[in-house]
Amino acid sequence: MKTGLTLRAFVLVAAVSLAPLSAPVLAQGNPSGKNPTADSVNEEALFKQNSKITGRISIPDEKAATLEQPQGREWRGFHEGWMPWIGAIAILGMVILLAAFYFTKGRIMLEHNEHSGRKILRFNTFERFTHWMTATCFIILALTGLNYIFGKRLLMPLIGPDAFASLSQWSKYAHNFLAWPFIIGLCFMMAVWMADNIPKRIDWDWLRAGGGFFDGRHLHAGRFNAGQKIVFWVVTLGGLLMSISGIMLLFPFAALDINGMQIFQGVHAVIGVLFIAAMLAHIYIGSLGMEGAYDAMSSGEVDLAWARAHHDLWVEEQQAKTASGPQVPRRPVPAE
Amino acid sequence: MARMKFLCDSDRCIDCNACVTACKNEHEVPWGINRRRVVTINDGQPGERSISMACMHCTDAPCAAVCPVDCFYTTADAVVLHSKDLCIGCGYCFYACPFGAPQYPRVGNFGSRGKMDKCTYCSGGPEADLSEAEYVKYGANRLAEGKLPLCAEMCSTKALLAGDSDMIAQIYKERVIKRGYGSGAWGWKTAYRETVSI
Repeated sequence: MKTGLTLRAFVLVAAVSLAPLSAPVLAQGNPSGKNPTADSVNEEALFKQNSKITGRISIPDEKAATLEQPQGREWRGFHEGWMPWIGAIAILGMVILLAAFYFTKGRIMLEHNEHSGRKILRFNTFERFTHWMTATCFIILALTGLNYIFGKRLLMPLIGPDAFASLSQWSKYAHNFLAWPFIIGLCFMMAVWMADNIPKRIDWDWLRAGGGFFDGRHLHAGRFNAGQKIVFWVVTLGGLLMSISGIMLLFPFAALDINGMQIFQGVHAVIGVLFIAAMLAHIYIGSLGMEGAYDAMSSGEVDLAWARAHHDLWVEEQQAKTASGPQVPRRPVPAE
Repeated sequence: MARMKFLCDSDRCIDCNACVTACKNEHEVPWGINRRRVVTINDGQPGERSISMACMHCTDAPCAAVCPVDCFYTTADAVVLHSKDLCIGCGYCFYACPFGAPQYPRVGNFGSRGKMDKCTYCSGGPEADLSEAEYVKYGANRLAEGKLPLCAEMCSTKALLAGDSDMIAQIYKERVIKRGYGSGAWGWKTAYRETVSI
């Protein structure tokens, strides 16, 4: 009974002492009985201020604090609407162009005076290793990359969803892991070939003459002609863009927010298909398109007469370097 | 068939996160994965609101459109589900989702994602209803038991509503008319291209 009384007295005292405090608060919040939540946030007003709605979240996942990002629908529009067309036009367009070239002009054949029987080393073992490591990675990256866009449209109807999902799972692993040797190969290629690919005055003459494709002339060229230099810079710049955007995708949200991820995915995809189209042209001219071109990157040796015709300045340079001439050193003969 | 949706009445949500906890517990969702979350807008300022958000089970779902292996499907109740057997964990659905619903366990090297996990509207996956395999991959299937999603069912202020679109829109409308205000059906315009008209 006594306790009850004390408690009641305490409550009364507390109420009296708090009254002056709480009264103005109430008056301020609801002065005339109007809607107490008139100033509450609402979706429409938030979207007018900002393109997405972000707040505070109690879980340790920063990206979860974005409540809504309608840009997802725009990214979807790009990825499903534009991307397959960009990819198809770039790649099929290049295939058609190369086929037209092949069927109208045919292979560029060696001329009879381009065969001397003597060889000159054009690409050493390390250069060839670097080229083929990067090339192998590129082809697998290209195919597995295209699978993300065209797989469900072309391959899945043929092999069924289960087989296609397994294939795509392995494709994803291949795409993620082979990115690294590709990047290393790219760095090696820059290291060994950049000096020989710096544009020079004669490159302009070479380009203006169309590389002699139309009149069969041989223009002056160093180790690489202007066309080859273009391939080098396309690979270097394309490869760097693919590497940077790819690393961003490999470490999602490490440096970018959701919109950043969407943009980098778009960049990766568009540059990717253009890169593939450019490399189709490189593959064509290095194999089917020109007789003898493949030898330079397979055995590493080319005919001296051919080199004189196509890379005259380089041959002069090499001959000046070695007193004994430009021949490939004889392979050591094994002892009996 | 019903058109199932969620509706969060942010004028009622008190940011208690019980929906998040209930979801985690009901489906044994692993650490680091949040099928549902509560985001507070303008935290600490006048007019702050909290919204409980999960997969909205969009009409013409962007996740399904961008999936490179087409692992999504929509049930007769208009719930967007996916197959973890087909999913390759590419992460595209997270880029496309306006609500940040898809979640990925981190497995392997780099930022390599495991198979995507998201709100199933408590209705499992492609496996047989209420099977062990379904539970392991997708969690409980309350819809098959005739129950609604647990997050909404146990919401203490009934801020989070789940059920047929027309029905929950009607409940929300009546509330707004009775109390005289409402900050809208969050996410409906983005998810369904329509909102609750009052």
